[in-house]
Parts: sequence; C-alpha cells; structure tokens
Amino acid sequence: MPEPLLRVENLRVELPIRRNVLTAIDDISFTIGPGEVLGVVGESGAGKSLTGAAIIGLLEPPLRIAAGRVTLAGRRIDNLPSEAMRRIRGREIGAIFQDPLTSLNPLCTIGRQLIETIHTHLDLSPAAARDRALALLREVGIAGAEARIDHYPHQFSGGMRQRVVIALAIAANPRLIIADEPTTALDVSIQAQIIALLKRLCGDHGTAVMLVTHDMGVIAETAHRVAVMYAGRIVEIGEVAEVVAHPRHPYTRGLMDAIPRIGGRRQRLRQVDGAMPRLGEIPQGCAFSPRCPEAVDRCRRQGPNLLPAGGTEAACWLYDKVLLPA
Amino acid sequence: MAEGVFTAAAPVRLAPKLRRVFDSDLWWSFRRSPVTVAAAVMALVIIGGAVFAPWIAPHDPWDPASVSLLDASNPPAWLEGGSWTFPLGTDNQGRDVLSAILYGSRLSLFVGSAAVLLALLIGVTLGLLAGWCGGLTDTIIMRIADVKLSFPAILLALLIDGVVRGMLPRDAQSEIASYVLITAIALSFWVQYARTVRASTLVERNKEYIQAARVIGVSPAKIILGHLLPNVIGPVLVIATINLALAILTEATLSFLGVGLPPTQPSLGTLIRNGNDYLFSGDWWISIFPGVVLAVLILSVNLLGDWLRDALNPKLR
Amino acid sequence: MIAFLVQRLFQAVLVMLTVALIAFALFNYVGDPISSMVGQDTSVADRERLRHELGLDDSFIVQFVRFVGRAARGDFGLSYQQQRPVGQIILEKMPATLELSFMAAALALVIGVPMGIYTGLHRDTWLSQLLLALSLVGVSLPTFLIGILLILVFAVVLGWLPSFGRGNVVHFGWWSSGLVTLDGVRAIIMPAVTLSLFQMTLIMRLVRAEMFEVLRTDYIKFARARGLTSRAVNFGHALKNTLVPVITIAGLQLGSIIAFAIITETVFQWPGMGLMFIQAVSFADIPVMAAYLVLVGFFFVVINFVVDLLYHVVDPRLRVDRERAVLG
Repeated sequence: MPEPLLRVENLRVELPIRRNVLTAIDDISFTIGPGEVLGVVGESGAGKSLTGAAIIGLLEPPLRIAAGRVTLAGRRIDNLPSEAMRRIRGREIGAIFQDPLTSLNPLCTIGRQLIETIHTHLDLSPAAARDRALALLREVGIAGAEARIDHYPHQFSGGMRQRVVIALAIAANPRLIIADEPTTALDVSIQAQIIALLKRLCGDHGTAVMLVTHDMGVIAETAHRVAVMYAGRIVEIGEVAEVVAHPRHPYTRGLMDAIPRIGGRRQRLRQVDGAMPRLGEIPQGCAFSPRCPEAVDRCRRQGPNLLPAGGTEAACWLYDKVLLPA
Repeated sequence: MAEGVFTAAAPVRLAPKLRRVFDSDLWWSFRRSPVTVAAAVMALVIIGGAVFAPWIAPHDPWDPASVSLLDASNPPAWLEGGSWTFPLGTDNQGRDVLSAILYGSRLSLFVGSAAVLLALLIGVTLGLLAGWCGGLTDTIIMRIADVKLSFPAILLALLIDGVVRGMLPRDAQSEIASYVLITAIALSFWVQYARTVRASTLVERNKEYIQAARVIGVSPAKIILGHLLPNVIGPVLVIATINLALAILTEATLSFLGVGLPPTQPSLGTLIRNGNDYLFSGDWWISIFPGVVLAVLILSVNLLGDWLRDALNPKLR
Repeated sequence: MIAFLVQRLFQAVLVMLTVALIAFALFNYVGDPISSMVGQDTSVADRERLRHELGLDDSFIVQFVRFVGRAARGDFGLSYQQQRPVGQIILEKMPATLELSFMAAALALVIGVPMGIYTGLHRDTWLSQLLLALSLVGVSLPTFLIGILLILVFAVVLGWLPSFGRGNVVHFGWWSSGLVTLDGVRAIIMPAVTLSLFQMTLIMRLVRAEMFEVLRTDYIKFARARGLTSRAVNFGHALKNTLVPVITIAGLQLGSIIAFAIITETVFQWPGMGLMFIQAVSFADIPVMAAYLVLVGFFFVVINFVVDLLYHVVDPRLRVDRERAVLG
C-alpha cells in the first residue's frame, strides 16, 4: 500500500472551559492517500470541522490538541512551531470554508487577495503572479477573468464567490485540501457545479481532499472513502459504496435509513430517536448507546475502538470477534 | 433565559436555591477575579457609608449650630495641627470633611441611580413602543434618538439646567436642583436603552411564541409586558450597571461646573468645586479626599459592570 | 452617490433647523428678553412699545424666520451679561477652543489608535494588561478631577507649567494662536492632555474591541489558512477592516471633544467658548446660550457629514450599494 499522504493517529482535542475540561475529539485515527477523497460525515457538533482545524493548526484557543499525532507525507506536523506551520498552510494543505461571503475580505479586490496568496508561497514577478491569478480564475470557471479580477467580493454571486475561494485555496498547488462544508451555504443547483469543479480540479492536479459535510449525497458522488463521526469519535470508516450499501454501525444504519427514497413505499420518514449529546454531556461507554436499538450492558460501560466489520471498520461491540460466534 | 409562556412554579425552598447560586458559574468567575472582588468590597464600603451616613457620620456638617469657624481649615488628623475629632480635616467654614464626604456620597449615589432608573424607564418604554408598533411611531422615536445622539450628555444636561434656571427664581432652584439634575441626566442616557430594546423587540416580535399569543387574542399590552419585556431586558441591565458609573461621573461634573447640586446640599462634585479654591493655599484635603472617594466609587462600579458584562456574555462561555 | 449626498445634506439641514428651533424657543420663551434689556422702572406701556418695535409680538413663524435669517449672518443679538454683540464674543473665544480641541483630538488619535492596535493584537502581555488597567482608570476618572490632579502636581508642587490661561498669544487677523509662542505651548499642554484622556481611552478600547471582532472573522481565518504571514494578516487585513468602522465612531467622538472642552476650560480658566457657555448658564444669559447651541450644532452636523462621506469613500460595498451599514 502506498504511503498515505495524511496520517492522523489517536488525535484528541480538548476544550478547557471555566472549571471543566471537555473532550471535543476523542481518540480518532484515519489516513488519506495521495489524490484520494475522504468524506467526513456527521451531525453538527460531531467534531468534523474541528478535525480539519486541528490538522491545519488553526484551533482557536482555548481548544488544544491534547494527544495524538498528525503526519503529512511522513513528516509530523502537529507539534511544529508556528512559522513552520504557516509555511505548510496554503502550500501543502489548503482549506475551504463554508460561507464564501464571509471568507473573503470585503475591502480587498479578489485580485489583490489572489496575488497576495501567490506571492506568499511562490517566487514570481508581479506580472507573472497576476498571470497566474488570471489563469486560476479561468480554471475555476469565472468568465471574463480579466475584468473581474479587480472586482470586490460583494460584486460576485454566491456560486462565483465559492469558485474564487477555491481558486485561492489551490493557488499554491497544495497536495491536500480540507473542504469544510463547501456547498452547504449554496443553492442546490450551484452545489452540483461546485462539487463537479472540485472533482475535476482535484483529479487534474492529483490533490487529495478531506470533504467535511453532513450531506450524504455529496459524499456518495464525490468521495472514495467515508468516515462517519459521532460525538467526537469515528464510528465507521470504509469505502463509500460499501458504507452506503451495507452500513455496519447502528448509527450509520440509522443515517442511511433516514434518507428518503423516491419510489419507496414508506409512509413516514424514519429517524433515529433522541439527539446527539452535547459536549459536556457525553455518556460513559459508547456515546451512541442511549439511542442504539442494539445496545447491551457492555456498550454502556466501555467505548469500543474501530473494529474490522466485514467491508468496513466500525466502532461497535457487535463486531467484536470475542463476542460473536466464529 | 426562560422563554415563552408562564407556568406555575412550585414553591422552592431557599437553601438549595442559595447553594445553586454559590455553585453557579457566575459566582465562580466572581471569586476567581481578585480585582472584581476588591472592586465589590470598595463599592460596598462607599455605598454602605453613604446609605448609613446619618447614623455613622461623626458630625452633621449642614447643621449651622454644630459648625464653628474656630475649627476652620484643620488639616487631616495625622498631620500637624489636625485632631481625631476631624479625621480628614475641615474646610474653610469648619465643616468636617469626612462627614461631608459621607453625606455627599449619599447624594451622588442617589442622583446617579435615580437618573439611571429614569433613563431605563424612558428608554425601555420608547424602545418597546418603537419596536412593537413600527411604522411612523418607530421613525419618529428613532429620529428623536438620532438628534439626541448628536449632542453629548454634558451639553444636554447643561442646557436643561440653564433653561430651568432661567425660568425659576433663584431660591426655588436649590430645592429642586436634584430633580432637575436627575431628569437632565436621564434625558441624556435613554437612547442606548431604547435602541437595544428596540432591536431585541424587532427580533422577538417575529418569534413563534409571540405570534401564538397574538393569535390567541392576548391583548398587546399583556404581550409586551408579560412576554416581550422579560426577554429583552437582559442586555439592558448590563448597560445600566455600566451606565451607573457614567451617571455618577456626569452628576459630579455638572456639580463641579456649578450647575449641579448647590453648596447647601453638596454632592461629591460640589465638594470638590468648593475645595478647588483652596488648592493653591495649601488646604489640599478639602478637595482631594472627596476626589479620591469619587474616583474609587466610579472605578469600582465600572469594574463590576465590566465583570458582569463578561460573565453574562454568551459568546465567552 | 449624488443621491446619497443630497439626502444627507437634506438631513443635515433638518437637524440644523431643529437646533435653531430649540435655540429660538430658548431665546424667546425662557425668561423675558424685554426685562433683561430695560431697567425695573420702565413702564408697562414703554415695555409694550419696545416689544412692538423689536417685533416680539409678531407671529411665531415670522419671528422664527427672522431668527434663522439673523443666525445665518451670525447675529444673535446682545449678551445680557456683557451687553456686547454675541457674535463678537464668540469670535474672540473660538480660536482658543478650536486650538485646544484640535490638540486634544490629535493626541487622542495618535496615542489611542496605536495602543488599541497593540492591545488588540497582543492580548496577554503585561503591557497590554497595564494599558488596559490604565484605560479603565482613564474612563473612570472625571475629566475635572484629572485636571485638578495635574494642576496639583505640575503647577502647585513642581511649578513647571502654568495652571490657568493661554499664555502669550499672537494675533493673526481675527485668529489668535497660542501655539507659536513657547509660553502658549506650555500653557496648552495640561489642558490638552486633560481633554484628550477620556477620548484617548475610549478610542483605545474601541480599536481593541473592533480588532477582536475582526480577528475572529471567517476571512481572517481563511487568510491564515492560506498561509499568509502574521504581518499580512494583522496589518494588511485585520487593521484595514478594523479602522473602517473606527473612523466613523472616532470621528463622532472627536466631535464631542468640543463639548467636553467646557469642563477643561473651566478647570484651567481657558478663555474659550466652553467657559463662555458656563458663565452664560450661571447667569441665564440666553442669547449666548442660544448662539453656542447653534454653533455646536453646526459643528456636529458638519463633522457627521464629513464622517459619512469618508465612510462611503473607504468602504467599497457602499459605493455600489444603496444600503448603509448600521453602526452600533
């Protein structure tokens, strides 16, 4: 197996607040191969965005990495001094955030923001930098780039803005892009375009993507593998086709069941009863146990790690070989 | 904050409720900050002194019978020429500075708090009206607010005072001076409250629980007072605490300028004004001690207001 | 853009008229102008004749229009106290106040903004905490108290600086300036510092708070995610975005310096419009009060207008859009 581009091992992110220390991300591990698209799916508050922030070194204090390691192409990056980390950002790892309107500085032209980013990482003459900026704009599908490069963000529509954001993220040709809910704030028709754009660009440049979203449809279309997160842990991870067709973890099963299917004969939408626990209220043992239809005593006492479960890996005692008959 | 419909609350025993207060985050952040605790202590001391002035002041400086010119211009007790009957010295008329400070703080606090309360009343009412009624009422009220905002508080208060002065004979002025002052200061400060309440009202007005109440047919007055008010008043209270310091400061400034409380019922500002004349002749204690007390009072109220604002700020949780 | 200008101009005129109305109401209805002008022995008939001659029994509208007309020419009648034309008194006192206000505003900006930026960027250094503590004190100490303390230390105890007056003043035509003589400069130091302190701390806290808000925005996060240097993020993006709203609020604050000058001029016996106003209030000298009101109203309106214009120039979103960002 080729060496993974990104390796996250036993990452733990804590939030000390007032008198307590809350665990936002609890011991997660995964890898992303070069050129691979890993989807990270889960409800709001499950820890998806925080994972991205932790990898890129942008956790806002008092959030901090309490344990674990993050390795990029064999090089450890979670404990780097800030200047070294800064050089990695943009150059090796790029990021895209949810709201394209607030991601761009309203007081600067997009040309200025692009050229500034290019200058930071690449040693080009001003003219060459501008040319590259124009090329980037064209690559992300902005017509009339020559004129629009001197426009301000508010003069673009939502979809166009997100294209600009993508252009900014790939400006220095990073090897990995962390895309945090890139289509959530956009109209459905535009969503498809942006996803297609991302797919094409990453295919063309061989960029790996960590695609964070709560939209299973986007994952099914775009990702190679998917990780399902719940209350700060990864509960299932595996190839997309396998996870979607044969979900192993009860939570994933619930998610898949809840997706309404056209042509189905069901009268009511299925749902998973209850709600994901908030940060300070995560139960002992398996975080999903209160809502799990198949929970047993052991689930409430001890939280399972990822266990091989046929085609995928699932963090569920159901797949503990010791319990199951051979 | 509790939203929506009132429910009958079961009577709660006091002890567990108290324990919840002490356990709460608010109290914890209070204890954690030594500065805030110090501020609270200082404020309590001064407020206590002011409230209990008639009982704990060693002399009554405004009773002409007990004041003698023979005691005039005594320095504080620890300096040469001073005595412990007048711990902080006396002024040029023989009045005890310490007692004057106690009574003066009383007036300063009274005027300051009354002004804030009045401003709160005016501002919250106008804000609720503007937010609830919208349309012309809203526009009118906000235009008035805008014009008012162009003028700093001092100017407005001075103006009102000057007008009143022009309209009344001199002797009547002293009696109602404190009320004129309270009104003048309140009229300078109401806009902040009005704006905040209006903004909150506009947001809350469209929420379901208000819509529901309207559909049921609850009268507007009941809706505004019973449902809307409790939900919009939170941030206003924090502003009010911070404003208290500003109100006390404004009153002191006006008194110092000679258009506030008169020398017959002096606040701390008036005391400083009186004492200013003697600064050059070396009798510094007449104005410096009231000055120190004033500064400490305003500072501690400011610190408490700051702490309260940070502690109640949901974003910092 | 033109439409906006016209609208703001219209609003400005409206405010000025309101102010003029209040001033006029003061003038005519507070106290009796006739009583202040004549002796106590004047007969009622004579008073009525005087009233008619001066046009004081004309209708409200006529009198108001007359008032506005005169005011526009700078004619506010005679001061009750000094029996001199009010316009003349104001002209004498204005340079003193304007010079003082200008120095104070400059100080407040030059010191307040950098301090605000520093404490905004470096939250936890000891210097930041110290500055913050001092700023709290600055906001809590009444201006007059600061003035008194400064006088005590620098004039009474040390004797370095004069405690009252403007020092030697040089006249350039109608203007008188104390800034060109050493004596004048020494005299303006304490009043300017006193006047600027409150605004300085306010501006510092404002810049700091705004900086915090900006540093938490998504575009700053994205800028960092792109690997821009701290310098580019803090000064290229954050600072720029901080200063835009600060300009407006600071501008308005500085306008109020002219009003706060009242206090400082009283403490230092600075012969400016503020001192003049206080004396007028004590004496119930209505013409002077009315004139001061109109003048200050005028200053505010002009400053508001300029600040609005500036904001429009600086924020590109406003050049195209019709809507204005609402300031808190």
